[in-house]
Amino acid sequence: MKFQTLRKLIDCCSSDGVSIGQLMLSEQAKESGQSESDTFRQMADYYGIMKEAVRRGIEEPVPSRSGLTGGDASRVHQYVSSGLPSLGVEACTALAYALSVSEVNASMGRIVATPTAGSCGIIPGVFVSSQERYRWEDRHLVMGLFAAGAIGYVIANNSFISGAEGGCQAEVGSAIGMAAGALTELRGGTPEQAVHAVGLALKNSLGLICDPVGGLVEIPCIVRNGFGAVTALAAADMALAGVRSVIPSDEVIGVMLEVGTAMPAKHRETAKGGLAQTPTGRRIMKDLYGANRSRQENGEGESTKP
Amino acid sequence: MRFKDVFSIIGPSMVGPSSSHTGGAVRIGRAARRIFGGLPARAEIMFYGSFAETYRGHGTDLAIAAGLLDYAADDMRIRDALAIADASGMKLAFKTGSNPAAHPNTARLTLRGDGREDIIVGSSIGGGNIELTAVNGFDVKFTMNYPTLLVFHGDRPGMLADMMNIVGGDGINIGYMDVDRKGRSGEALTVMETDEAVPGVLMERIRVLPDVRRVCLADLTAEEVKS
Repeated sequence: MKFQTLRKLIDCCSSDGVSIGQLMLSEQAKESGQSESDTFRQMADYYGIMKEAVRRGIEEPVPSRSGLTGGDASRVHQYVSSGLPSLGVEACTALAYALSVSEVNASMGRIVATPTAGSCGIIPGVFVSSQERYRWEDRHLVMGLFAAGAIGYVIANNSFISGAEGGCQAEVGSAIGMAAGALTELRGGTPEQAVHAVGLALKNSLGLICDPVGGLVEIPCIVRNGFGAVTALAAADMALAGVRSVIPSDEVIGVMLEVGTAMPAKHRETAKGGLAQTPTGRRIMKDLYGANRSRQENGEGESTKP
Repeated sequence: MRFKDVFSIIGPSMVGPSSSHTGGAVRIGRAARRIFGGLPARAEIMFYGSFAETYRGHGTDLAIAAGLLDYAADDMRIRDALAIADASGMKLAFKTGSNPAAHPNTARLTLRGDGREDIIVGSSIGGGNIELTAVNGFDVKFTMNYPTLLVFHGDRPGMLADMMNIVGGDGINIGYMDVDRKGRSGEALTVMETDEAVPGVLMERIRVLPDVRRVCLADLTAEEVKS
């Protein structure tokens, strides 16, 4: 790839006279040796899987594998049709769709990691609701996924995208930044505005810990995907209105790396701190694993080098 | 660059709930199976770090079993993989250990069968991406994003040149290579990531080179999105 930072991404777009999505598509085709049309088709297949996951969680709600969660997407979707949401119908629909995909994930259904499974609801929530609202063709959204991927590529290589390495800021935070930047471009913003949206969004999730109850990608992951979709809409709106990220977005990514590196292990997906270790979190863990512990464990505490 | 392309960020298509603990874990299991060269009779899996703490909740045991069964990350049979492994005659044992130096999501797989044993260590680094970090005690690093050739051989002058001549002579480009040896003139492992899979006829020419012990091709790219 010819860009390693968001600054360089903007420069490449402006010297080639292309959007972020177009630049990513042609760079990907070059990297893989595949044609642009095959590369596009792959991403279009992924968008199809995302739309199906949005639909499934709303129309066929299923409980998660643990039985702890499920059905919230459908609840919020029905509430939207009551006309009452404080967020307004559009943002609340993005929220419902993001919850939907995350619930499908928790039920071991099929999703696309964007950039991870723990954060798989945010981009589909923003994209599918915006497609309905603005009546965009699929093709437009697929190019938006390339834009989101370009932003995620820079974040992943300069910081991290896994909760085990950098906390929830690395997963949900990265997804919000990617969705915000991509939506800014989809709505006609410049690459520069899209990159400001990334920085604005990332600043809002710095420090967010990864503390899944019982180690499951459910509590609080699913609601954080819902919140994430709404935050992405807000960041894109700010950027389109001309709000700038005074701390350049590449520097914000550097802060995410600094904060994630300093984060204790108990707040990085080990379920040893945060919400997972509240009295209720511990009780849930006991209920889940207390009974069938022997099936799964026969060497806990052993110390061996890999 | 740890992440090479757009499909390591948007993707893979997978069965939930966790790209590191489920999606990446399937790929670690599948890579190990390909290196081993078939379904092992027995597999012992040691989990470290976040894998050790949370594998039950994420179904990482199901995911590794599914990979050893050669399933893809979006195969709906993953949720039944432990039962299927049992029915296939593969004996699995899951253990947890601690190693602060390892990446937080690391698994060590010991596969046995046909009088052979392979020990493979892999880490799941986010978004379904993996890094294999050791094979049979050799410290080598590779990603399974490309067709990967593993050559176990004795360390001697000209060994690498002999292999390069065969691979490069046929127009196959090596994108990345890693070599580790147990000591001077000792046993060595060379790992090559190539832009296209090394065909069987070239593998055979490498296999018959002096001091080559074993050649295997681990290639997930035919079933996965090309990177």
